[in-house]
Amino acid sequence: MNYIPNDEKKIKEMLDAIGVSSIHELFKPLPEEILLKENLKIPEGKSDIEVEKYFKKRAGENERGVNSISFLGGGSYNHYVPAVVDFVASMPEFYTAYTPYQPEVSQGTLQAIFEYQTLICQLTKMDVTNASMYDGATAFTEAVLMANRIRKGNKVLLSPYINPLYLKVLKTYIKNYPIEIEFLEKNKDGLVNFEDISKKLNEDVFCVGIQSPNFFGNIEDLKKISQIIKENSKAILVHTFSEALSLAILTPPGDCGVDIVAGEGQSFGLKLNYGGPYLGILSTKNSYVRKMPGRIVGQTLDKDGNRGFVLTLSTREQHIKREKATSNICTNNGLCALMATVYLLWAGKSGIKKLARRNVHLAHNFLEKIEEKTPIKRKFNSIFFNEFVVSLPVDSEDFYEKCCENGVFPGIPLKWFYKDMKNEMLISVTEMNALEDMEDAIKIFNSVLKGE
Amino acid sequence: MFPKDLLYTKSHEWVKIEDDEVIVGITSYAQEELGDIVYVDYSNIYEDGTFTVDEIAKGDAFCSIESVKAVSDVYAPITIKPLEINGELEDTPEMVNQSPFEKGWLLKGKMVNESEKEELLSAEEYEKFVKEEKGE
Repeated sequence: MNYIPNDEKKIKEMLDAIGVSSIHELFKPLPEEILLKENLKIPEGKSDIEVEKYFKKRAGENERGVNSISFLGGGSYNHYVPAVVDFVASMPEFYTAYTPYQPEVSQGTLQAIFEYQTLICQLTKMDVTNASMYDGATAFTEAVLMANRIRKGNKVLLSPYINPLYLKVLKTYIKNYPIEIEFLEKNKDGLVNFEDISKKLNEDVFCVGIQSPNFFGNIEDLKKISQIIKENSKAILVHTFSEALSLAILTPPGDCGVDIVAGEGQSFGLKLNYGGPYLGILSTKNSYVRKMPGRIVGQTLDKDGNRGFVLTLSTREQHIKREKATSNICTNNGLCALMATVYLLWAGKSGIKKLARRNVHLAHNFLEKIEEKTPIKRKFNSIFFNEFVVSLPVDSEDFYEKCCENGVFPGIPLKWFYKDMKNEMLISVTEMNALEDMEDAIKIFNSVLKGE
Repeated sequence: MFPKDLLYTKSHEWVKIEDDEVIVGITSYAQEELGDIVYVDYSNIYEDGTFTVDEIAKGDAFCSIESVKAVSDVYAPITIKPLEINGELEDTPEMVNQSPFEKGWLLKGKMVNESEKEELLSAEEYEKFVKEEKGE
């Protein structure tokens, strides 16, 4: 598209041609009260040098965050991103967020998305994966809505240990749907209660949503949960997760009887990015593919018999199916999916497993040290991946603030999400946390607790 | 193509009623308009082939037909207690194009309310309706 600068004269000519006196007259149909009455308060233009100086100064304010030791997780994980990810993603051939409609000019991007879908299917052991959703929260929400297209019913049964931010997005989406949320009981060990599942399953329940590893880091027994659901109902089991790296070593959801897998892929080569853009992963069984939202890239042969890639099964989408479309999401986070593809190929099959084991090892090591050297205690006695909850002898928010002042982000105060968890904190450990950082952190924990 | 032994709807379904046995499909005119059919997507059915409902009410969509051009819903011409879907269509959806009144049937079941029969069109009435719709 060409940029067309219009001067006053040309604008007047155009207005005369259509018979209106000013541009403002074009907005007449809009209600008076929503029209802007005065100019926006935007400062005067600055020179290149001034702009650069200003932003350097602002960026400098991040210094503390960048140089701190961080144990923050809870949905965003500080993993190492190898240089090759940015390099490939910045190649002009790839550098677009848009979905390739024209296969004749988009084979590279289409193939990359196809490879992404294949890699996620290998990790999850599900049959099909779409070209991606916006993030874990939208993927999870879309999965619940998808379950409602597969099964009638007005109730979704959810684990109480799902990321509260995902729940917020789900609640926003279903505000005007005839869908009701019922939560499973909380358990002492921070895992869902099996008996409560079978107790709460009835014919109104079309979907059961479980996060694993859950928001508190604990790993749920998906196989057992799936078994209970299949024995008692026809409800669809949605498995969500926020730490995708766990897929590398846990029993794949596809082998546990999960119907839809929907979670966050940020751990695969995406930086923290201030909370987004991230990568929504959504996979399912072959039998449900037509109820799946989003784009899907398929492999085919062209008229000369060469391998090629095209968008497929697009009859599910809104430009064909209109109001009956499986989703309003007619796009995908293509660039983020590309980054995840490069990352997974960089790590390789054994590399990604090694990395996952290293996360498990470091997290368990840190917990041991905390329990040995500080009065901080572990909250749940369950199996975890790289995140765990601890109970502090003090208010977790105060503790957090004081640790931050000393250059350590100790974890997420759970008080921010749960009224009854005043002293609890969620700690996340990745390969970015060196052993000496842990030693330093423990010293700071102790000095903060002693009020030093 | 307007077989005399069938009854029709203005949304282009046909229904064959013998005693209380019912078979439903779409008409030859409907399949022509849709073009090459690539998939028949049944609602109200579990993966094991059992139905999720006891009755499909008159006017409710019980499947959608995807062609290369569009997706269209197919509505129950009368209230039906569903018994069987056409499993062959999973692999050969083009059967609806090739044999809309025979092998391309969509749903078998039992009639629930005989009086609903009265509201359906006869072959002659439907033929006239199609001509009007075509603008002939």
